[in-house]
Amino acid sequence: MKELMSGNEGIARGAYEYGVRLASAYPGTPSTEILEYVGARYPEIKAGWAPNEKVALEVAAGAAYGGARAMASMKHVGLNVAADPFMTLSYTGVNGGLVIVVCDDPEMHSSQNEQDTRNFAKFGKVPCLEPSDSQEAKDMVGAALQISEDFDTPVILRSSTRVSHSMSLVEVNERVHGSKELGLKKDPMKFVMLPAMARRRHPVVEQRLKDVAAFAETFPFNRVIMGDESLGIIASGVAFQYAREALPSASFLKLGMVWPLPEKLIRDFASRVKRLVIIEELDPFIEEAVRLMGIKVEGKELTGMCGELSPEKVEKILTGSTKSKSIGAIDMELPLRPPNMCPGCPHRATFTALKKNKVYVAGDIGCYTLGALPPLGMLDNCLCMGAGIGIASGLDRSLGELARGKAVAVIGDSTFFHSGMTPLLELAYNGGSTTVVIMDNRTTAMTGAQPHPGTGATLRGDATVTADIEKLAEAFGFKRIRIVNPYNVKDTERVINEELQAPEPSVVIVRAPCALLKTGRILPDRPLTIDADTCKGCKSCINTGCPALEFVKIEEPAEGDKRKGYSKINQSLCVGCRTCQEVCKFDTIKEAL
Amino acid sequence: MTENNRVYNVLIVGVGGQGIILASDVLGRVAAAHGYDVKKNEIHGMAQRGGSVSSHVRFGKAVYSPIIKVGEADVLLSFEQIETLRYFPFLSEKGKVIVNDQKILPPAVFTGKQEYPADILTRIKDKVSDAVVVNGDEVAKNVGNPRVVNVIFLGVLSKYLDIPVDVWESVLKESLKPKLVDVNLKAFHEGRALAAV
Repeated sequence: MKELMSGNEGIARGAYEYGVRLASAYPGTPSTEILEYVGARYPEIKAGWAPNEKVALEVAAGAAYGGARAMASMKHVGLNVAADPFMTLSYTGVNGGLVIVVCDDPEMHSSQNEQDTRNFAKFGKVPCLEPSDSQEAKDMVGAALQISEDFDTPVILRSSTRVSHSMSLVEVNERVHGSKELGLKKDPMKFVMLPAMARRRHPVVEQRLKDVAAFAETFPFNRVIMGDESLGIIASGVAFQYAREALPSASFLKLGMVWPLPEKLIRDFASRVKRLVIIEELDPFIEEAVRLMGIKVEGKELTGMCGELSPEKVEKILTGSTKSKSIGAIDMELPLRPPNMCPGCPHRATFTALKKNKVYVAGDIGCYTLGALPPLGMLDNCLCMGAGIGIASGLDRSLGELARGKAVAVIGDSTFFHSGMTPLLELAYNGGSTTVVIMDNRTTAMTGAQPHPGTGATLRGDATVTADIEKLAEAFGFKRIRIVNPYNVKDTERVINEELQAPEPSVVIVRAPCALLKTGRILPDRPLTIDADTCKGCKSCINTGCPALEFVKIEEPAEGDKRKGYSKINQSLCVGCRTCQEVCKFDTIKEAL
Repeated sequence: MTENNRVYNVLIVGVGGQGIILASDVLGRVAAAHGYDVKKNEIHGMAQRGGSVSSHVRFGKAVYSPIIKVGEADVLLSFEQIETLRYFPFLSEKGKVIVNDQKILPPAVFTGKQEYPADILTRIKDKVSDAVVVNGDEVAKNVGNPRVVNVIFLGVLSKYLDIPVDVWESVLKESLKPKLVDVNLKAFHEGRALAAV
C-alpha cells in the first residue's frame, strides 16, 4: 500500500522499518519532524530530544557501539555543533548501523547560511547518500544502515528543504532488525582514540573509503537512464527531479551516493554522451570530482553557487529558454510579508523594555531573532546558536567604558540549554559587567514547540526532571540573578536598567510561556480595546509591532483634530497581553467589554 | 479537464495560519486516492509566523519536480488578496484563479508605513475574466463555523478538477475529527455551489 508522506516522514518510517533502536535529535528546520514522527508513531524506537546535535550524535554513537541500529538527525548547521564527535567517529567506526541525517537548506528558507553538507562527508571520509523523493528517503535509511554495518562506518543521509518538506507516495513495509549482536563490547584498539590507536585507525579509514567507492559502482541507487545521447546530465537530490522535469528526453546519471563517487560509472556515462552537464545546488562538489578525472564537463558556470535551483531555472540552463506560457505579473508594488512575532508574544514585551533602555543587543537564534525586524529593530547581531553571550562578553571586556552598561545578550531557553551554558560559565569565570537576558518561554518555539530539558517533559510528553536556569547561573558563580514577568514592561525595563548599571555580570530571566502554548498559560485571553477618540495617535503601541494592532489613518479630520490617525485593536487576534497598555502614555487602552 | 499523461498543477497561497497546509494535504490525498502520482511541497518554518505561505500540489501519471514551474499552474487558489499577486506569474496563461476576498495587513501596512494596494480584485479580473472571488469569512459564517474557510475553497477548487466528488468526501471524512465532518462537508458543498462552472 502506498501512502503520501513527506521526506521527513519517509526518513522516520525508514528508521522504523530498518530496525533503528534509538533516535536522537535537536530540533532545526527542515529536519525537526523526523524525530517528531518517530516519537509519535513508532514506540518501538527509543527516542528523545538531546540538548544539542553534538549530544544527539554521541547518544546515537553509543547505541551503535553497543550493536544497535541508531539515527541522529539535525539541520545542516547542527553538524557543525556535532563536528567533533563526527570527525573521530569516522575513525572508530561503528558496530550497529549509524545513520546521521543532515538536512541542508539551500536558499536559506529558515537558516543563517547555506553550507553544503557533502563537504563534511568528504572531510570526515564518510559515505553520503542523497534521496530525491520520500520513497528514496525511506529506502536510503535502510541502505545507509546496511552500508554502515557492512563497511563499519557512520553514513550521512543528506536531505534538503525541498526533499524533507515535499510529499510523495511511499510503499510501506514491515519492520526488520539489524544484523549485529547487542552487548557491551570491549575493543580498545578500535574504540579508544589515543594517538597510538588512532594512528592504526586512519589507514583503515582510507582503505574503507576505497572499498565503498568500489561498492558505489554497482550501488542500485546510482543509476543510468539513457535517453537522447546529445545531452547527459549528472544530478542527485531534488536537482535530479528539476532536470528530469525540464528535459525528460535527456540521458541521466542519477547519483544516490554522492560520496564517495563511482569513477568507472561516471567515465562510462561521460563517454556515451556528447555534452555532459552537472546540475547540482550550492557547491561544485560532483563537478570538481569529475574534473579531477579529466572529464570535460559544464556545471557551476551554468547553475551558480548561491541559492536553490528550480524547474524553470534548470530548463533555462539546459535549453536557453522556457516552454511555459505564464500569464505574467500584475505590475503593482506589493508590501512584503515577513514572519512576525505572534500577538501576545512575551519576546515583544521584552524587546519593548529593552528598547526603552536603548541598548546594543547581542542576539541569538529563535523566534526572538525576529526582533531584528522593524518596527522593533532590536537585534544588533546574530551569529549562531549560543553565540550572543560570548559576543557580549567579548564586547564588554575589550571595549571597557565604551560598552559598559550599554550592551546585553539575549538568548532563549532552548538555545541556552543547546549552547548557552558554556558561554555563561565563561562570563562568570572571567568577569566583566555583561547583562544576559534569558528569554524563557518554556519551549523550543521557532521549530514548533518542542520540549527541552527545562520544560519537565520528554519528546513523548512524559514527565521528567526540570533543569533550573537560575540554579545553574548560581552554580556558575553569578551573584546577580533576577526573574521578571516580561508583560510587566515597566518592571522589566527597570530591572534590566539596574543590572546594566551593576559593575558585575548579571542574569535577568524574563519568564512567560510562549503565547501559542496551551499549558501553563498566563495570558488572560481577554482582548483589549482602544478608545478611538482619546487615542492621540502617537504610535507608541503600534511600534511594538503587534499584528493585533492597526494604525487607522484619518482622511478627513474633524475641526481641531490634528491627529494623522489612531490605533485600533483587532479583537479576533488580541489575547490581552497588555504590552500595548504598558507603553500607552494616555491611558486609552482598556479591556474590551 | 485532466488529460491522459498530463500533470495537473495547483498552487495554493496565503498567510501562515489560514489552513493552507491542511487544504493542500487534503488535495494531495484526494489525488492519490484517485490513483494519481502526487507530489506536493511547501515552505514551513519562518513562514508560520504570519508570513507568506505557498503550497504546490502536482498530480498526474508520473510527477517529477515537487514544485510547479513558473507559468505552469492550472489553478491559483489564493486565501488573501496581496498573496494572489505575489504568486501570479506562476499561473499559466490559460489558468484559473480562485481568490478569497480577504485582506490581512502586512506589518508595513498595520504600522501605517505603507498602504494596502487598492483595486487588486479589479486588476485580477482584467487579466483573468472568469476569476472566482468568494468572501470565505461570510460563507463560513453562514455554514456556522468560522474555521471552515479552507474547506469552502477546496469545494470551489473541486469543480475545476476532474476528480469525482465521492473521492473528495471520503478523504475529507478520513482527514477530520468525527465531530467536524458534517460542518466541513457542508462547507465543501457550499464551495462547490459557488464555483462558476
